[in-house]
Amino acid sequence: MLARRLVKLSPHVALLPMALTVLLAYVGGALWTLRTSFTAARTFPSDKFIGVAQYVRLFDNERWLLSLHNLAVYGALFIIACMVLGFLLAVFIDQNVKGEGVLRTVFLYPYAMSFIATGLVWQWLLAPGSGIEGALRQMGFAGFSFDWIVHQDLVVYTVVIATVWQASGLVMALMLAGLRGIDPEIYKAARLDGIPAWRTYLQIVLPMLGPSVATVFLLLTTAVVKLYDAVVAMTQGGPGIASEVPAKFIMDHLFLRSNIGLASAGAVTLLVPVLALLAPYAYARSRRARAGGAHA
Amino acid sequence: MVTPRTKAAACAWLWAAASALSLALPSAPAHAAARAEVIHWWTSGGESSAVKQVAQAFRNAGGVWVDSAIAGGDQSRAVTINRIIGGNPPTAAQFNTSKQFTDVIEQNMLNNVDLVAKAQDWDRILPQPLIDVIKHDGHYYAVPLNIHMQTWIWYSKAAFKKAGIDKEPASMGELFAALDKLKAAGLVPLAHGGQSWQETVLFSALLANIGGRDLYLKVIRERDQATIKSAAMRDVLLAFKRMKSYVDAGSPGRNWNDATAMLISGKAGIQVMGDWAKGEFTNAGQLPGQHYGCIPGLNPDTPYLMQGDVFVFPRTDNPNAIKAQQLLANVVSQPELQVAFSKLKGSIPVRLDANAAVLDLCAQKGIEIIKDRSRQLGVTEVYLTPDQNGALQDILTAYWNMDIKVDKVQRSIANALKY
Repeated sequence: MLARRLVKLSPHVALLPMALTVLLAYVGGALWTLRTSFTAARTFPSDKFIGVAQYVRLFDNERWLLSLHNLAVYGALFIIACMVLGFLLAVFIDQNVKGEGVLRTVFLYPYAMSFIATGLVWQWLLAPGSGIEGALRQMGFAGFSFDWIVHQDLVVYTVVIATVWQASGLVMALMLAGLRGIDPEIYKAARLDGIPAWRTYLQIVLPMLGPSVATVFLLLTTAVVKLYDAVVAMTQGGPGIASEVPAKFIMDHLFLRSNIGLASAGAVTLLVPVLALLAPYAYARSRRARAGGAHA
Repeated sequence: MVTPRTKAAACAWLWAAASALSLALPSAPAHAAARAEVIHWWTSGGESSAVKQVAQAFRNAGGVWVDSAIAGGDQSRAVTINRIIGGNPPTAAQFNTSKQFTDVIEQNMLNNVDLVAKAQDWDRILPQPLIDVIKHDGHYYAVPLNIHMQTWIWYSKAAFKKAGIDKEPASMGELFAALDKLKAAGLVPLAHGGQSWQETVLFSALLANIGGRDLYLKVIRERDQATIKSAAMRDVLLAFKRMKSYVDAGSPGRNWNDATAMLISGKAGIQVMGDWAKGEFTNAGQLPGQHYGCIPGLNPDTPYLMQGDVFVFPRTDNPNAIKAQQLLANVVSQPELQVAFSKLKGSIPVRLDANAAVLDLCAQKGIEIIKDRSRQLGVTEVYLTPDQNGALQDILTAYWNMDIKVDKVQRSIANALKY
């Protein structure tokens, strides 16, 4: 009897270290950050509670507002470009092309690079005078100019280019896995009905890839919110503060600017849209699970 | 039976036990030499030869110097603070003469150096802006090593000759005229590195030269809202933006020493930079007064914006560590060491009674000026906390790089400095 109870408990025991880590490190850390954001902490944590003054100061800060704007622009472009590019790459590879294994590896390789390496390489590629602009000028296109990286308004797009290059391989791999799970009879049936291939993919296959798309969307969203190393490696937030992002604002204020109260307020503010995205998704999933369970 | 194998095993065990025992026993004698672990960020060529002077002087005084050099000021300070909080503080750590360590003092995490301060009468001989950041509640918490000036105007004599400028500019008007002449001669008038701290250096220079001592203190120390939005501040900001028209297209992101290299090669005329730039000229074999010139201020009463390096001593009760801290504080405040250090670092010594005959022309100019108390001011970091200084820096670099109306800039600065 006792042995059987012990055996029943063993999965819980095995999960205990992870559960403790999550509770103490993640949840505990988040709660501590929330607490710090209401204090007047500067270099060190403090016990002086000042209400929402840090949030007032945060939203009065132009650099923070610019970083939120950049994040919105970057996020929208990054997610759309990654999903479209990744889906197209997955569809092309799904056509039973020769050398499929090689192509798949080639497309997925950029994901093996860290954001720092990606940012650095793309900084060199996009540097005006050398890099792509220099190479094309040497090839004979004398008037070619591609100096987005030193332009206030265009620098965000350069970060999009570098990170899309890196992440679309992952999207491709995940979509490909989903595509492989689709019954081949569907394609045959669609061909018999005379539906062109692009419509088959768009209106029949894509809805069936729902779970894959949802996973990809979640992964890309977390990558958007934590964007820091690519910006630091590529532009250092520049020129000026044009390519500032919230994660960089928070990191700078944690250490360099010695104001952990303001950084904590920024971190909590960054958590809000993530929760806003996740909560309805989690709720919808739990409802579907309950509804599914009720039927079964 | 004692076989060769047993004997070998016994020897191995004896050896292991002996080494373990010798490691466990303290190897130092009871009267240990004063051992100081010092964290600093003096890692460039000139800087590390300067810190070697300090280490040698410490050894000559009987101490043991353990060097913990960490490249990059921000990283070094972050490591220092983390170690202090973590309970494993170094014996001494480098900071700038600024409000970077104000919080550390307020949290009672530093030992004071009142003994050395009293012995050398710091109240009387140190410049007031320095005293304001190292003295709290009547106690001294840091030992200053040197004084740097942030806003020297360096110029290349070759470039000036080519542009037909025959005398040093002695006013803002003459400076702009000189810049125009350099532009007309096809040279780069202002060698500037497009990094936010360099834009702040340029702005500080203009605020000191155009606004003078009163405007500078009102804006930077008092953070007076009305003065920030005044016409006088507006003139300084417009002059700052006007400087942008004199820099070349390759300036965004350029490092300060690459900008100095443009002066050394004669491609550019003027650079506004601190006196650490002297090391670049010296390394290239150029001499002040011969190949390059240095202007501390355009007017005879232009403030001398001081910054510098200090050592702080984290709180500890260990008597050996305290002994080492006191010894280091003493060694570092000796005039001969300060002169030797400053010679290699490009700064001037803190002690006005030091024999500065070995220092170069520009350092001599600085030492003369510092004797005038009315010209002793600090850089922005001396009066603003790191985040206030950072907020000002963000606005200035945004204004430099983008087209923003000057009234909006004034309002933004007023807003940022009100917290």
